[in-house]
Amino acid sequence: MTIAFEGVRYGYAGARQPALDGIDLVLHSGSVLGVVGANESGKSTLCLVAAGLAPATIAGRLDGTVTIDGLSTAGARPYELAQRCGVLFQNPVTQLSGTASTVWEEVAFAPRNLGLALDDVVDRVELALADLGIGGLAARDPQRLSGGQAQLVALAGVIALRPPYLVLDEPTSQLDPRGTNLVSDILAGLVEATGAGILIVEHKTDLLARMANRIAVLETGRVVAEGPGKEVLADPRLEDWGISPPSGIRIARAAAAAGVSVPEVAA
Amino acid sequence: MAELEAPAAPSAPSDGSTAISGRLPDFVARPPTGPYRRLNPTTKLVIAFAEALVAFGVRGWTGPLVVLGVILAGAVTARIGRALLPYLLATIPLVASILLINTFLYPGATDRIVTVGPLAPTWTGLVAATQATLRVVAFAMSVALLGLTTQPDHLIADLERRGAGRRVMFVVGATLRMIPRMIERAGEITEAQRARALDTEGRVWRRARGVVPLAGPLVFGALTDVEELTMALEARGFTAPTRRTVLRVFPDSGWERGARWALFLGSIVVLILSIAGRLEFLP
Repeated sequence: MTIAFEGVRYGYAGARQPALDGIDLVLHSGSVLGVVGANESGKSTLCLVAAGLAPATIAGRLDGTVTIDGLSTAGARPYELAQRCGVLFQNPVTQLSGTASTVWEEVAFAPRNLGLALDDVVDRVELALADLGIGGLAARDPQRLSGGQAQLVALAGVIALRPPYLVLDEPTSQLDPRGTNLVSDILAGLVEATGAGILIVEHKTDLLARMANRIAVLETGRVVAEGPGKEVLADPRLEDWGISPPSGIRIARAAAAAGVSVPEVAA
Repeated sequence: MAELEAPAAPSAPSDGSTAISGRLPDFVARPPTGPYRRLNPTTKLVIAFAEALVAFGVRGWTGPLVVLGVILAGAVTARIGRALLPYLLATIPLVASILLINTFLYPGATDRIVTVGPLAPTWTGLVAATQATLRVVAFAMSVALLGLTTQPDHLIADLERRGAGRRVMFVVGATLRMIPRMIERAGEITEAQRARALDTEGRVWRRARGVVPLAGPLVFGALTDVEELTMALEARGFTAPTRRTVLRVFPDSGWERGARWALFLGSIVVLILSIAGRLEFLP
């Protein structure tokens, strides 16, 4: 049970350089794969390709194969993939449908699209709102939310689909530390309870240190490092790749540089 | 992966109740209250359509005056008399131009009311202008009555339940809800431009100059949003070949269905008779 990238190369129409080049990655069910990288390293493209949205909805050329539980994304229809792999975009506002009067109806948008029974729709919406602690927003107009609230609502909309895999492009970019911790706990709980596989793109390496089983580092469309989370985050080349290590590692390094002995805190 | 099936469209209850799941929160169910508001959303749409058809299709005074009478009755029943006022005021620029152009420049009219230098308003022009004004006002009030008594998502939900295309309904719904968002965004861009010393206030020509740097970000931003929204819709199963789950089913009794069809067909018959010149006896 995996999302598998094999020799994936993806170039946008009209672009000279491919956005992704020779990607080989595997996301297993019940695990979290973190992806880090500087801007323009191909992280968002990786998300679109993983969910089968590129090249289905964006003009471009895909070489290599991406399979979700054995189903090639190249031949599948987007609505089939939507049930297998939920995707959360960087900008939550454009993820909202724009047709719902309330947050409740916004979260119900995707389950309704699948024509599920009304009771099932109600169950999914109520549970997604409760899981993310945003039941209090249910009656609000989705167009009148703060960035952080919109991000949680968009995530609830994805969770309500109950896909076996989630692809999350900076899901906490607009959240405060409390909201970030909440999302981290929710996702960890989801993995444990449902065995979901999560591919998460994040700049917040502290968050990845807490939840990612494995981490891949992208640079100009290539995977330059991949391995267990702790090992990759402790890699001394991380800052050369434009990534800030987790605070524990930075503190330990600063202390070591100052000749101060500190206990192992990086973990 | 769950197999997608197309469930049959739920039928509307005929006993006047709104069929909604008891588990839906009140703020989602939002059952309409009041005698006019409780009409099926599609019935109110057909009423507005018939009103517009008769107001513009039946020549003379009869068409617009009958329609205005019907609208007034509807407005009183729905208790929205005062709420119609802004819609009435919104017609003033159009009405003023109709009155001026027809009264002073009606082609071929010679029955002058008065002559003041080169200006010569005519009785024929004034009558035509007044009739045209009544038609415009009747049309605006019919739209206002529909808008004030029907929530857009109720209308969309009901049309979708009747088999209207998911894409068409999405475009209608998204457009209705996008207008305030676009206005808001224009305000945000204006503020941002002002912060960079662009003068967007004062004389008309200055404001006109300020529109140019506003239009670019507004239009291109909207186009970018559309691209991302398209991806988001695909990711949320929008193109699934199944019928969408209906949250609310609005009452649609037998007599209401019959009355709706009678009104729809009747208004078309009246239009045809009017075009054929069979209603010339009407004032």
